[in-house]
Amino acid sequence: MIGRLLNWRRVREMLRKEFRQMLRDARARRMLFVAPVLQLIVFGYAVNTDVRNAATMVVDHDQTVESRALIDALTASGYFRVAARAEDPRDLVNALDHGNVLVGLEIPEGFAKDLAAARQANVQLLVDGTTANTANVALGYATQIIGRWGLAHGGGVAAQTLRTSGAGVDFRVRAWYNENLESRVYNVPAVIGTIVLLMTLLLTSLAVVREREIGTLEQLMVSPLRPIELIIGKTLPAVTVAFIDLAVITTISLLWFDIPFRGSAPFLLVASLAYILTGLGLGLFISTVSNTQQEAFMSMFFFFLPAIMLSGFMFPIANMPVALQYLTYLDPLRYYLEIVRGVFLRGAGWRILYPQALVLLGIGVLVLGLATRQFRKTTA
Amino acid sequence: MRFSLQRLLAMARKEALQLRRDPRSLAMAFLVPVAMIVFLGYIISFDVRDIRVAVLDQDHSAQSRALVSAFEAAGRFEITQRLDAPEQIDTLMSRGAVRMALVIPSGFAREIVSRKPAPVQAIVDGADANTASIAMNYAAAIVTAYSSHAVLGQMTVPAPVGAQSRVWYNEALESANMIVPGLIAVIMMIIASMLTALTIAREWERGTMEQLAATPVHRLEVICGKLLPYLVIGLADVTAAVVIGILLFHVPFRGSVVLLAVMATLFLLGSLGLGIFISAALKSQLLATQLAMLVTFIPSLLLSGLIFDIASMPLPLRAVTTVVPARYFVVVLRGIFLKGVGVEVLWRQGFAMVLYAVVGLALAAHAFRKEIA
Repeated sequence: MIGRLLNWRRVREMLRKEFRQMLRDARARRMLFVAPVLQLIVFGYAVNTDVRNAATMVVDHDQTVESRALIDALTASGYFRVAARAEDPRDLVNALDHGNVLVGLEIPEGFAKDLAAARQANVQLLVDGTTANTANVALGYATQIIGRWGLAHGGGVAAQTLRTSGAGVDFRVRAWYNENLESRVYNVPAVIGTIVLLMTLLLTSLAVVREREIGTLEQLMVSPLRPIELIIGKTLPAVTVAFIDLAVITTISLLWFDIPFRGSAPFLLVASLAYILTGLGLGLFISTVSNTQQEAFMSMFFFFLPAIMLSGFMFPIANMPVALQYLTYLDPLRYYLEIVRGVFLRGAGWRILYPQALVLLGIGVLVLGLATRQFRKTTA
Repeated sequence: MRFSLQRLLAMARKEALQLRRDPRSLAMAFLVPVAMIVFLGYIISFDVRDIRVAVLDQDHSAQSRALVSAFEAAGRFEITQRLDAPEQIDTLMSRGAVRMALVIPSGFAREIVSRKPAPVQAIVDGADANTASIAMNYAAAIVTAYSSHAVLGQMTVPAPVGAQSRVWYNEALESANMIVPGLIAVIMMIIASMLTALTIAREWERGTMEQLAATPVHRLEVICGKLLPYLVIGLADVTAAVVIGILLFHVPFRGSVVLLAVMATLFLLGSLGLGIFISAALKSQLLATQLAMLVTFIPSLLLSGLIFDIASMPLPLRAVTTVVPARYFVVVLRGIFLKGVGVEVLWRQGFAMVLYAVVGLALAAHAFRKEIA
């Protein structure tokens, strides 16, 4: 049955030629095996939304034991560090204008007195909102720390009642899957997905069109190879390279970036195969509809960019406008990211992630079919 | 040969005519930046809302219900599931169906009334650390408010220490205000270097550049003449982006238009020069676009501080960011748009932009000298 569809000997020869062509020069080898590692390291470190040691300027007009204790409480949390101290509030304005500090804390004179007299003691928090996300997180931490410190050190009946009896809600929060809330743990698996997509697209999107440009496609066409054999010959080497890359960057993620791996490795392998086939199918499709390598490269870029942006890699899908959220369902990277994050962090496997894997497989089969059909059309 | 403005302008006119006949490059020059700023402006949002919560209320008391409705009333949380057993949390959470689970054990009301510590547990899906920390902060604030109200009864007691927080420059903490101005830098960087890589590398491929070398035109006249139309396009793009930012995304514009125009011109000159250098060095459209993409897109998106804070990167990476030109332009754009600051604050970045323009143009001139000698 399969023997009627394709001839193994011809496929083997084609594979040998393709591998040799792909790995021939040193520049190509570097592009295939070194670039992904570099990307992983740059992305892994750069894509970071943690707020730690935020630069803070303190303007302490009170200069008392209490005011210093409040500042210590902020720095002891690890979220803030005192980058500068000033006496004039105008220095604070200046520092925020220059972007030298993210947070400004101004403690007015009489802070300790108010605290002891059970009057509300006010402090000023100024946050630079230009980086909205960091500002939001920092503001939340600071408000909480100051509020808690106030309850623990404030005078007055209310605070004392709460303190001595321990009355009230004892609120305990636990974060699952990523106990220390490090953004890296969430992002590095997503970087793996992004790099694999880029590699598969790069491997195939220029492949067919290059042969057309230099004229070797004509030669392939007059050879007795059938379209299906040609597609296999073009994809299989790429699948191999993509899997090697996947293995290498996954290993680095686990060992270098200390990303936990809690789920099922066999499931990840199967899902990755579906994903890699999707990427290759997309690349081949781009290649068959383009006339020049230049066109293919531009098309690839204008597919790749929205694919990343809509995948939930750097920007949570839940925060997007609803219309764009529907658009994300077309993005194969979206499904693969749910799979890698599920497998790495949440310990998920086939039981939970089978819908994503099936959709991915569906998209893969569809685009590979389209690419084959398009290829037949252009060569016929 | 003496430098002549007339020849430069003639050169620019020739280049503009040529561009006008190339609808694809023109479309890229005008449509791509606009499409990108609208698309990315909408997509990039860190505003956490509608956090899905599952509630496991084992107490079934008026107090526990009051706590739950405090969560509902806060507006940030959406209670999507009511559970009966703790085991259900695991399934929901691992499917990603809820972001947070609130567990109120039985005896909650009794402890509250008898003024003892009443434990309540929240489990947060920490996978997305950023969303998780924001959700945790919101939840803690709600519980604290509920707690002091429940214990101290109706008397509303102010917190012993009140933190009066004010957010400057972006009062409502809108992601669009953070993203849209900075995006202009990234898009200009990509467009400027890609456009030149496309059109100038094509001249090398076709050999028309050699013809130019044979005509009596000064090297600087060639480069400036070629740059001029692209500079005009780039400035038109910046204008369009600013208008879209203000009208569509309601980003405030507090600074000086003139300063922005000067800085944008410097930045575009540098980026165009870089593009010419790349295309002259590689002489192939394909390689030039690939390299232009590699040196402009990834660094200016990741290492410019547009989205990810440079301060939280490790030292080697921070060192790399100092040579990413977009890094300085992002600071300038945010300064002018949001902070309304001028040269007195931005002179350092301004200096970096001048340097970038000079280096970019010098590289372009150098590449030409070597080739058309």
